[in-house]
Amino acid sequence: MMRNSMIGMVAGLVLSTAIAIAADKPSDPQIAHIAYTAGDLDIKAAKLALEKSKNETVRAFANDMVRDHQAVNDKALTLVKKLGVTPVDNETSKALIAQAEKKQAELASLSGSAFEKAYVDNEVAYHKMVNDALRTTLIPSSSNAELKSLLETGLKIFEGHLHHAEMLAHTHH
Amino acid sequence: MRKISGATFAGIFQLALTFPSQGGEPVRVKITNLAFLPAEITVQAGETVEWVNEDFIDHTATETSEEWDVPIPAEKSAELKLTRAGTFSYYCRIHPGMKGTVHVIAK
Ligand SMILES: [Cu+2]
Repeated sequence: MMRNSMIGMVAGLVLSTAIAIAADKPSDPQIAHIAYTAGDLDIKAAKLALEKSKNETVRAFANDMVRDHQAVNDKALTLVKKLGVTPVDNETSKALIAQAEKKQAELASLSGSAFEKAYVDNEVAYHKMVNDALRTTLIPSSSNAELKSLLETGLKIFEGHLHHAEMLAHTHH
Repeated sequence: MRKISGATFAGIFQLALTFPSQGGEPVRVKITNLAFLPAEITVQAGETVEWVNEDFIDHTATETSEEWDVPIPAEKSAELKLTRAGTFSYYCRIHPGMKGTVHVIAK
């Protein structure tokens, strides 16, 4: 227990450090990669929830996450193609993936309402973190106007998800 | 045939998806950038509200006590005929920060 929360804290620190370093000057190709990765990881978490949970409310939420994040990522792919930009892997994307893999493993070991609670709590934390990164780093750093605009729309959508996840978290306590 | 499968697909929402009311144009609410515009409208009982979703993601118009629940797919529109007078607050189930109000006044 203690150990797990310590690991979680360390992962959180690693991630904020990674974002802080990238904050120096993430390029548009890096920003595109980070945003796409962040969406993709939430889709993976939702798919795990759809595999493991029989709770209708949680499943509906997970389906919403798959659909919305897929729609945003499809838009992002269309945009980078149009702009002739190739997303570039970077430390922030790597940190996001490492943290998400750890969380996925932790979630995979749970079941029933313990899983549901952990999934929903993580959705709250994850959307908070990603929204924060969008607001403070990714949006202000993006130089292409269309990319910036898509990220701003993404942030609005993900704020909606955070709101939804917080409502679920309240009903799951 | 097509209509039947559409209605089946809409499942429990089929009652909410009605065809335009006989006569008058529906009252339109635009959805853009995760907001209902205008957020507050007034219609007469028997009139139809049409939500036009300009976003590339799905939304819903869900009455707070779930008296009605209208799915509004991305870049599509959906209609609801309101017959009972009253003030109805609604929100989007997927993005609950999206809120609107419909005042339905008796004819
Ligand atoms: Cu919505």
